[in-house]
Amino acid sequence: MPGALFLSLLLSPELGRVALALAACLALAQFALPLLGAQRGDPRLMATAPALAWGQLACLALAFVCLAAAAVGDDFSVRNIAENSAVAKPLLYKLTGIWGNHEGSVLLWSLILGICGAAVAWFGRGLPTSLHARVLAILGGTACGFELFCLLTSNPFDRVWPAPMDGHGMNPLLQDPGLAFHPPILYTGYVGFAVPFAFAVAALLEGRVDAAWGRWVRPWTVAAWCFLTCGIALGSWWSYYVLGWGGYWFWDPVENASLLPWLTGTALLHSAIVVEKRESLKIWTVLLAIGTFSLSLSGTFLVRSGILNSVHAFANDPTRGVFILGLLGLVIGGALLLFALRVHTLTAGGLFAPLSREGALVLNNILLCAICAVVLTGTLYPPFASLLFGQAISVGKPFFDATAVPMALPIFAAMAIGPMLPWKRARLAPVISRLWWAAVLAALAWGWSAFGIKGLLPILAFGFAVWVIAGAAADLASRTQLFRIPVRDSLRRARMLPRAALGAAIAHAGVGVTVIGLAGMSQAEHAIVSVHTGESVALAGYRWTLTGLADARGPNYTARVATIAVTRDGRPIAVLHPSRRDFASQGQVTSEVAIHTNLVTDLYAVLGDEHGSGAGHTAVLRLHDNVLAPWMWLGALVMAIGGGLSLSDRRIRVGAPTRARHRLPVPAE
Amino acid sequence: MTRKSRRLWLVGGCMLGFSGATLLTLQAFSANIVFFMAPSQVLASPPAPGRTIRLGGMVVAGSLHEVRADGKEPSVSFSVTDGQSAVPVRYVGILPDLFREGQSVVALGAMRADGSFGAEEVLAKHDETYMPKEVAAALKKSGRWDPRFGKPPSAASWNGMTAASVRGS
Amino acid sequence: MTALARRRVLALLPFGAALAAGGGFWAMLSGMRHGSFDPHDIHAPVLDRTVPAFDLPAQAPGTGFSSADLRAITRPVLVNFFASWCIPCVQEAPVLAELGRKLPIWGIAYKDQPDNAAGFVARTGAPYARIAADRPGLAAIDWGVSGVPESFLIRPGGRIAWHLAGGLTQPVIDTELMPLVARFGG
Repeated sequence: MPGALFLSLLLSPELGRVALALAACLALAQFALPLLGAQRGDPRLMATAPALAWGQLACLALAFVCLAAAAVGDDFSVRNIAENSAVAKPLLYKLTGIWGNHEGSVLLWSLILGICGAAVAWFGRGLPTSLHARVLAILGGTACGFELFCLLTSNPFDRVWPAPMDGHGMNPLLQDPGLAFHPPILYTGYVGFAVPFAFAVAALLEGRVDAAWGRWVRPWTVAAWCFLTCGIALGSWWSYYVLGWGGYWFWDPVENASLLPWLTGTALLHSAIVVEKRESLKIWTVLLAIGTFSLSLSGTFLVRSGILNSVHAFANDPTRGVFILGLLGLVIGGALLLFALRVHTLTAGGLFAPLSREGALVLNNILLCAICAVVLTGTLYPPFASLLFGQAISVGKPFFDATAVPMALPIFAAMAIGPMLPWKRARLAPVISRLWWAAVLAALAWGWSAFGIKGLLPILAFGFAVWVIAGAAADLASRTQLFRIPVRDSLRRARMLPRAALGAAIAHAGVGVTVIGLAGMSQAEHAIVSVHTGESVALAGYRWTLTGLADARGPNYTARVATIAVTRDGRPIAVLHPSRRDFASQGQVTSEVAIHTNLVTDLYAVLGDEHGSGAGHTAVLRLHDNVLAPWMWLGALVMAIGGGLSLSDRRIRVGAPTRARHRLPVPAE
Repeated sequence: MTRKSRRLWLVGGCMLGFSGATLLTLQAFSANIVFFMAPSQVLASPPAPGRTIRLGGMVVAGSLHEVRADGKEPSVSFSVTDGQSAVPVRYVGILPDLFREGQSVVALGAMRADGSFGAEEVLAKHDETYMPKEVAAALKKSGRWDPRFGKPPSAASWNGMTAASVRGS
Repeated sequence: MTALARRRVLALLPFGAALAAGGGFWAMLSGMRHGSFDPHDIHAPVLDRTVPAFDLPAQAPGTGFSSADLRAITRPVLVNFFASWCIPCVQEAPVLAELGRKLPIWGIAYKDQPDNAAGFVARTGAPYARIAADRPGLAAIDWGVSGVPESFLIRPGGRIAWHLAGGLTQPVIDTELMPLVARFGG
């Protein structure tokens, strides 16, 4: 195959390294030239920004393709490939393995940042020239830092000599389709918040935040938020079905690192609406935009540098940590210093009464940020306690459950009411007249769950979830005047409904679905049993019988497979095949969870050790009945769909021209 | 609604939100912070029974026993030592795949009235990606592991590697 | 304070918080590099601890020893865990032989067959003043040994003054070990 050989020679790791270095140079130019141009009012310098952003993206894409070529072509002279790949690895995991390690993931991170820059260059053509140039300059400066980090401390193109015959393979736990696409989605979420950040810094430089600024920031925030939501849900789902611990969220530092920017990002999403519609909360929104990206960056830094202990350990390297810390200091410290110096140039906005749409959005912001502060405290307390007091402590699930959950309940309570309130000032009576039936439904749910559900918090959460979903439905019903005017007219109104309003209602309903799932999971039952073949146990109304144990052989592992028949009142429900896989070459044993779901409950089984022989032979099984588990991830999907719908709204479409300046219709009274 | 009264409302709302957060945090900290203790610390100043702590140390070789006293639930007992004292641990459940005698573990649980430690969760610290710094340095120095060629050998093989197996590979 | 000054101070608050956090992280990172801060550390500190109680049988060609013997020493002693199946121990042996002229070295054969261990000592000329056998490896656990070879400098009174996981090398001996030996009256 001379063609393929030529291609692989052409796309050599050295070319990738050069492309990456070139990208860093272009990014530096993208930082310096437009910034200078905007300062001097020189249109020619400002006009270089989009071209440089595209050039930077092209170089990054070339670098990424070079690494992909090395991965697919099994070039084990590249250290990164030798350490993380192997000839026998399936092609899909060779590709996804590119970002399954530190070096590759930094390159992916830079690539996504480059894509964001190019997207701003393209969709932001309608922006005022100086704002456009400054936003691109800030993105370029951030990108330059990351590309330098990649080049200087975590180069994925490093060669190794002598080249080994075969690579070292990859952690079998990571060879999973769910995890394969988790990092790109999650990173897109993290990196996407760089755009609101760049807008915030640019606004500080310009000394101007207005409704138009809010309208430009919002779609970028929504897009990043959708990706982050999906990324978090995917990560949680992966740990549920791969790690086999029966849990879905462990309040692990890595998980918290993704939750923190999600919380502030959600707050930003809502406060940007206030800026757009009412030109209020400007300073706060700018600070939130800076804070959200800062949390995205520092979360990754804390995990990568090894300061935070985590089950998802990346290779820890304090030297690398010092570099990232310097980078973070420049990006975050610079932005916050600029904020302190320039914030007085932003003027205060419109007034509003406490009971108004703005008031509800402020409440949302206060509560989300308070939760964020609590989670941040719980996450950072152990390393700081160790540094300052020399205490070895850990803060785990009980702490977060006892703080974050009670603080989330008022948000749910306000979520149904907020979208119904008019701007500036509101009266409660019209809201009550449209929401009373949602309140009745919630009360019924509370009444029912008081008998069916154990624990005060799950009962409260279940009722509030019903309230949120019913509230979202009531919002749509009142906007379309359902049951007040003929149904056909209502349908016509529904078609005319702004997509942003529809998306918001759907996203709110998604939160409700997730909370129902969480409340259901708090009722999950599990048992650890040691049984003989043929023996059966009762759990959660089901009969679980171990009918057999057998050996099996896979491509690079041997497995022990159990067969568990599950029946209910004598009726067969499911047959589960949990197994243990022994990857001899890696010396690793993994548990394959067996899950049977009917969307209402998950039957979940894990095979443990086996003991004894002959008649005394027993196997340890862990059995779970996870009520409503799929709803948690389904709800996140619904949230992301709602966000996507609102993105497609003509009014807030990315780069919508400034003339589209009419007000969003105030909900009909 | 004047600017001043709006600011009053905003400040009041923030104060309310964050004082609530602080209150909840302090309350949860007093009840839920988990201290890390070594066996000798546990014996020197025993925590109140029922107070959750993390007990860390090495599993004493030969101390792992299976107990099937509690009906169907498989339960194990082993001792954790820090070199000065040892604490017996009881655990109901499946031990992690990487649990081995003579290796470090962290057990999450509370002391029981009989002086043993009731573990709710047992974590083997020597997973594939974790290795004490000195051990990594020793492996590198000894030639048992060249970081250029991949991940370190598994914890089980650190001490069990024989001269023959090193030469053979 | 005027309203403007108050606003200035408020606006500086986020920067100050970030600065404090950054300073903390920097302290942690530099601590991690120097080994004084390790968030993963779960071992109780080894240094400055009295040697754990043990009593090990003799291993040919030397005599065994116990914790009481170590507590009774008047000059510093290096306790060295070794095994015949351990390649780095072989590499370490010449350095150890050199060191044995300046400092008494007591060996503990870790999880080793008595014949193999005796052969190892004869072959490599390791200068152990006393040799004990820890066939089950229990004493090694009490010492907190993470692999062989591993050495502990015991100062008079039976306290651990210094510890190295891995093979001894001449630079380490010159820069770290010998100054301590001199300090404790070697």
